[in-house]
Amino acid sequence: MPVVVTLLIVVLGVSGCSREPEIVPAPSQMRRLTESQYRQTIADVFGSDIRVVGRFEPDLRVDGLLAVGTSLVSMTANGLEQYETTAREIALQVVSPAHRDRLIGCQPDQSAAGRECAEKFLTGIGTKLFRRPLSAEEVQTALTQAQLSAQQLNDAYAGLAASLTGLLTAPDFLFRLQTVATNASQSSRHTLDGWSRATQLSFFLWNASPDDALLAAAAAGELDTPEGMARQTDRLIDSSRLNDGVRAFFDDFLQLDGLGTLAKDSQIFPAFIGSVAGEAREQTLRTIVDHLVVQRGDYRDLFTTRRIAMNRTLSPVYEVPAAGKDWSIQEFPQGDPRVGLLTHVSFLALHSHPGRTSPTLRGKALREILMCQTVPTPPANVNFTVVQDVSNPHLKTTRARLEAHLSDSECASCHKLTDPMGLALEKFDGIGRFRETENGAPIDTVASLENTEFDGAGGLGAALRNHPAVTSCLVQSMYRYATGRSTDRTTRPFLAYIEKRFAQAHYRVPDLMRAIATSKTFYAIDANDASEAALASSHLPHADVPNSKETR
Amino acid sequence: MNTSTTRRGFLLRGMLAGSAVTVALPLLEMFLNDNGTAYAATLGGGRLPVRFGTWFWGCGSIPSRWDPKTVGANYDLPPQLQPIDPVRQHVSVLSGFNVPLDGKGNQPHLSGNIAVRTGAPADTWQRISAPTFDVLIGDAIGAGSYFRSLDLSADGDPRTSYSFRNGSVMNASIPTAIELYQKVFGTSFHDPNAQTFTPDPLVAVRRSVLSGVGEQRQALMRRAGAADRARLDQYFQSVREIEEKLELQLQKPPPAEACSVPHAPVKSAGTSDVEARRTEHRAIAQLLAMALACNQTKLFNVVFSVAASDLRRAGNTTAHHQSTHEELVDRELGYQPTADFFTRQSMEAWAEFVAALAAIREGDGTVLDNCLVFAHSDVSYAKNHDINGIPMMVAGRAGGRLRSGIHVRGNGDPVARVGLTLQQAMGLPVGEWGNKSLRTSRALSELLA
Repeated sequence: MPVVVTLLIVVLGVSGCSREPEIVPAPSQMRRLTESQYRQTIADVFGSDIRVVGRFEPDLRVDGLLAVGTSLVSMTANGLEQYETTAREIALQVVSPAHRDRLIGCQPDQSAAGRECAEKFLTGIGTKLFRRPLSAEEVQTALTQAQLSAQQLNDAYAGLAASLTGLLTAPDFLFRLQTVATNASQSSRHTLDGWSRATQLSFFLWNASPDDALLAAAAAGELDTPEGMARQTDRLIDSSRLNDGVRAFFDDFLQLDGLGTLAKDSQIFPAFIGSVAGEAREQTLRTIVDHLVVQRGDYRDLFTTRRIAMNRTLSPVYEVPAAGKDWSIQEFPQGDPRVGLLTHVSFLALHSHPGRTSPTLRGKALREILMCQTVPTPPANVNFTVVQDVSNPHLKTTRARLEAHLSDSECASCHKLTDPMGLALEKFDGIGRFRETENGAPIDTVASLENTEFDGAGGLGAALRNHPAVTSCLVQSMYRYATGRSTDRTTRPFLAYIEKRFAQAHYRVPDLMRAIATSKTFYAIDANDASEAALASSHLPHADVPNSKETR
Repeated sequence: MNTSTTRRGFLLRGMLAGSAVTVALPLLEMFLNDNGTAYAATLGGGRLPVRFGTWFWGCGSIPSRWDPKTVGANYDLPPQLQPIDPVRQHVSVLSGFNVPLDGKGNQPHLSGNIAVRTGAPADTWQRISAPTFDVLIGDAIGAGSYFRSLDLSADGDPRTSYSFRNGSVMNASIPTAIELYQKVFGTSFHDPNAQTFTPDPLVAVRRSVLSGVGEQRQALMRRAGAADRARLDQYFQSVREIEEKLELQLQKPPPAEACSVPHAPVKSAGTSDVEARRTEHRAIAQLLAMALACNQTKLFNVVFSVAASDLRRAGNTTAHHQSTHEELVDRELGYQPTADFFTRQSMEAWAEFVAALAAIREGDGTVLDNCLVFAHSDVSYAKNHDINGIPMMVAGRAGGRLRSGIHVRGNGDPVARVGLTLQQAMGLPVGEWGNKSLRTSRALSELLA
């Protein structure tokens, strides 16, 4: 099988990119809220003491990102029923005696004052939930619903809860719908209106609905001007809530949601107790936020930094002195084999088998996730028997077994893309604990990435740090995350422009986010998208394979 | 908006005009067959509603140890099929049906699975050209059920599902027995054999609220781009389905003689260890059987292990899927013993599933007699991802429409013959099914009674 490594986008050495390239407007994009966005919105609108209970319709990973999948998924009946159930429980909490004074603040009874109270509540909440003002008709519908339900249930608050349930179940809340600015020019290059701009910006930078200030800016027309947009973008980037946005991106980009269902063999790995996977996910996200946001560090240095967030659950796995109960940033000493993101338990455990390591899986993850390359799937009719006969007395280590298998030219064509990288991490077992030997034999971690040879995780981290695909992959992934769109030929000039600005900003991620958030392209929309949208659907992006746990 | 002219307003007025009292309501269509005899059956007479379901296991079989040698009734049971001996009279075996790829690549553990369920190979679920047949059958028989379908997976992951409306609309699974219990037998459950019935005014309000949501359809469709319109349409279809369900909940359910409310299951072990998986699956099977007996759904999908099986044995570094590829063929035995173990475990689980449905008496027979359950895997010989001869079985008699307990050998015929037969057995007016080389108009007459 021919070796095919597709670099999705590698645009290097582009000069003269100081100005944003010509805008290529895209069809409108309806995106379903993710579970974390839904939860954050409820917390922002009603307070963090309102519980959100229930299982959400699973997200779909497309082109490596759940964010792209949000533009493709819809809602099954079973899924919608769960949203409706969750909505009712939220609404009942909002109108409960414990919360009504704070959240409603008046009596929504059948009197004239009561109707005024209900209208005020529904209008205010509706604007926050729909991320735009409700139309007069929508307000009237919600009010009528509340009144009639109150009569039926003989309870004014229950009536208000029913109406609120309707808002929380509506597509205007569950999906981010885009609206074109009415004052846009008649050319095909339209732009989003202020409300849709606010939504686009806020979910990108904070992973949350627009806050009151952003909605006020939209209402005042501030977001219709570049200066206004820049002002609000700066405000959001300077806020501590940028941490949430950065966390959400890296959680998706690094596919850390996989840790939610990760299973390890408890007999082989007794240290992998129930909470380790979740804590490992948190550790990686905290380390990233510390480096990229708090320290304003260079993205590339994530692969070589010795700083790491640690807590008491994880310190035994890392075999470091017990950390405090709360999270703290620790630093591995020079010479320690632990260095950089790739030696986190999250990465090492996620890309291993339940009972052992897999240099192949680790190498594949490095190529596909961090470098945006495609490793071909194995040919259908392939004999793996020589791969890993763990009982063979002459092939004690994984390296020895893999090298035996690399003698097969058909296998080698793909495995040479993955295994030489993954072997650098072999001193970390299937849950990421350090080890010197495997089955009594010393582990050799000499490895290579293309023409660069190195030894161990530190060498691999340094090689990745200096590889241009790593930064260009981050740029295109961030773009796809922000827009919910796949990248293609038409987006290359814009990506080259953003990549240049990323480099000029010394690879600081908040600056990368700012460059995207203040671009015109980010808000461009083709209002007459009927034909273009149809065209887009005939060119479906590469979608990841769900439900097949193909591993080697 | 003038609410008096809206459908929602109409519903609300109807709702408010009534009062919460014990009422006798008309029979539901769901419990009547074409001849209107189903209700009589619940009183000891004719036929009951026919249900359709699928049951999936990963990593296929070792064909030389699974495929029966004899065809027709009283087929032999090779070693990997030995576990189904106690339920053999209920199970028909289908072997030797092929998946021609028409030039497409064989995406390991995907292409065969998709071809079996859609009649066309594809290399990702996102590119499937048609709904999976369970969805087609659900469209025909699912209306009027409290649950249009119960999609279940014993692996604890809601994303494990092989039921798709299209590439981006997957019917997510209920991933544990406990969640299944809460969903079906939780607070919204009405015992069909209860003497009295009081409509819940809250259900009427919920229906009214959803009706209001549904009324936004036209306005939103006008605003949406072409690609988004199809997704919005799916959303509003879901709204309608829930409205229909709530409508049913306002009516007294017809009695179901076999229905008795089960106990809540114990907490899930949540692991891929095969012993724990079988325990979880057993609980799911028993709850599902009772959900069928209580007329909660007419459609289900059950996943025992995922495509490219996730099963393992505690303490072993090599799990099921890895062993199918890496395990050496034992020279004395002539097969891969670990891979063989996991397939036999899967067949034990399948036999337990069939037995759970057969254990509940209903009418003159059992719940299983009024079911058509189709079991299949993703590959045949997992060692090399073979998709010809994918192991398949059918259990139940579909209310008398199917013969059971026979072995049908496909001799290389397209696997779509099976999907076509299942749809016809469930009463769908479909004469041909499948794409390109898979397309066929030849149902399996051996199976149809």
